[in-house]
Amino acid sequence: MTTQYKSLKDLPREHQMAPGTAMCAGCGGLEAIKQIADVLGENTVFVNAAGCMTLLSVYPHTPFRGSWLYTAMGSAPAGAQGVRDALDVLMRRGRIPAEENLKVVVLTGDGAANGIGLGSTSGAMDRGLDFYYVCYDNEGYGNTGHQTSSATPLGAETATAHSNAGGKKDLFGIWVAHRPAYVATVAGAEPVDLARKVERAMGLQGPKMFIAFAPCPTGWHFEPRESVEVGKLAVKTGLWPLKEYVDGKVVHTRPPRPRGERPALEEYLRTQGRYRHLFEPRRDEAMLARLQAQVDAYWDSAA
Amino acid sequence: MERKLITGNGAAAWGARLADVDYIPAFPITPQTEIVERLSAWVEGGDMAARMVMLESEHSMLTAAGAAAATGVRVFTATSSQGLLYGMEMLYTVAGWHVPLVLVNVSRGLAAPITLEPDHNDVMAARDSGFLQIHCSTCQEVLDSILLAYRMAEDPRVRLPVLVNLDGFYLSFTREPVLLPAADAVREYLPPFDPQHTAFRGGAPQAQAVAVLGGSLYSYFRYELHQAAMQALPAYEDAAREFERRFGRYHPAVEAYRMDDAEFAFVMIGAFATKAKAAVDAMRADGWRIGLIRPRLLRPFPEADIVAAASGLRGIAVIDQNLSAGYGGILQHELSAALFRAGSQAKVAGFVGGLGGRDIPLEEFVAMAQDARTAADGAPMPPTRLLFTESELRNTRRMQEIAQHHD
Repeated sequence: MTTQYKSLKDLPREHQMAPGTAMCAGCGGLEAIKQIADVLGENTVFVNAAGCMTLLSVYPHTPFRGSWLYTAMGSAPAGAQGVRDALDVLMRRGRIPAEENLKVVVLTGDGAANGIGLGSTSGAMDRGLDFYYVCYDNEGYGNTGHQTSSATPLGAETATAHSNAGGKKDLFGIWVAHRPAYVATVAGAEPVDLARKVERAMGLQGPKMFIAFAPCPTGWHFEPRESVEVGKLAVKTGLWPLKEYVDGKVVHTRPPRPRGERPALEEYLRTQGRYRHLFEPRRDEAMLARLQAQVDAYWDSAA
Repeated sequence: MERKLITGNGAAAWGARLADVDYIPAFPITPQTEIVERLSAWVEGGDMAARMVMLESEHSMLTAAGAAAATGVRVFTATSSQGLLYGMEMLYTVAGWHVPLVLVNVSRGLAAPITLEPDHNDVMAARDSGFLQIHCSTCQEVLDSILLAYRMAEDPRVRLPVLVNLDGFYLSFTREPVLLPAADAVREYLPPFDPQHTAFRGGAPQAQAVAVLGGSLYSYFRYELHQAAMQALPAYEDAAREFERRFGRYHPAVEAYRMDDAEFAFVMIGAFATKAKAAVDAMRADGWRIGLIRPRLLRPFPEADIVAAASGLRGIAVIDQNLSAGYGGILQHELSAALFRAGSQAKVAGFVGGLGGRDIPLEEFVAMAQDARTAADGAPMPPTRLLFTESELRNTRRMQEIAQHHD
């Protein structure tokens, strides 16, 4: 597939979001959203569910060049349905010209996407809604203080768990089961891969779904300046597979090196205070082995 | 103009059709489902230009409805009971978005216990949401009220969503003769939707429904919502007078039935108020000077009209087809507050009846009026009375035995 994004130099120069929002320094979610917004370009309306990003637009300001609608925690995809349908009606009935059409983009965190909003997402995909969905995944209910969500991985500390006993829901798999037009995982730390995926999706009709790895200094306990490095390590260790689903197939776009050549998961875990209990006061060898085995098993079966 | 024998649900569907709505997000629930089915047949058959979409829950349905209105189209939707409550968060949200739309609620008693009969607890739960409320008691009123609702909702002084209520099972499924105004006449009464300043389109970005932090700023927006709702009082009157001018029927904010020389009055809303009308006729034939005050608008609360209708009364029997557990009927307390503020001397006797569609026979209306008269004559005011008979209690005990109920 031809792409205009071959290197960092090709990334859009014109930005769709202004700086100076209330997001935490080093927010990996914002990093990804800004990049996605830049590729999507003009004529967008972001339809938001309750979460960290709700505080992007606080009266009387918005950082977006485009439009914005905050809905509720569980129904942003239904809000997107209403906006998309209304725009279609306005164009069909000749009340607005086609040039005034908008790209409708749902924006939610992992909490809304995996839990309370899953029903309305499923409905929108089932109806073949022509929209984008950007989920910024910081692996917990971030805005309320980082409590456990169904996207919190095994072994992570949260505000409600010393060491999470549950696993991370396979949101990618759940979305793929609906056979939408496009699903992809992205990371702000891998901008060229991200840009290519958004570009690819823009050529398609129907649900175009993105899960963006969102390193969270506040919730994961690391220094904001480490955010990009945390994202890069997640990809290099194989923890965060970069993949896309299109035309009925899942393809890994930037697989890590083979087992033995890629960095041990530990290198990634060590960067964050939420995993400190696996190393201090003693190394939890059993859990560390289990987490490494999970990553290895994923890539073994992907091969 | 056409005359058809149609149900309340059919009248609701005709209201949406004549209003030439643009968008119908839908979800089925008894006893509203027939509205959705009728509309979908018309949309599929090309009789309506609207787009219709089945959402996956009422919470999603109301979100889609508000979002479409915020984008700039005329929206119609409908629900009942549990569905209204499932989407309750979005009623407050959509009202706060300041977008006009019409939501028909076909009222049905709330769980628990779950039932399939009418009453008004569902629509009363929406009372404080910012949605305006119109209550109908005939099929003609249902159709007319939907047109009135769009005209009021889209008035530049208002720009708020409106709930039009009809009683489930009794009005929704009862056929009555209804006059259908001609489509072109309605088009003149309801010109195409004007989004005013609230719209999503390319080239003119808007951030809507953003977070507002700070009590002062938040208060401002909430007060603005209230003031818009209060503006709906004159806006409704204008809409109703214009409707009368064009279509020959006047639907006041408060109906005063045989109130001219009344000493006593029933106060009731909805379809069961027709039973009160029949009771008024029977009792007048018997010498009572009694009438019925039937509010159609509940939000905004038509305080001046109600106080005026009640002027000079000695006693009032309010029948609430709803129950606020721990206090009593809701209308009773709103009415009492209004009368107290106006310095009225009328004694208000409160009754709860018709829950889950429980019938209210003539004898009970007579007994309620007698209670109001006894209080007006100086007896101490009785507490809120719950309408129920000894034979009903015996029957309930029999049921409890079968169910092996243990005290």
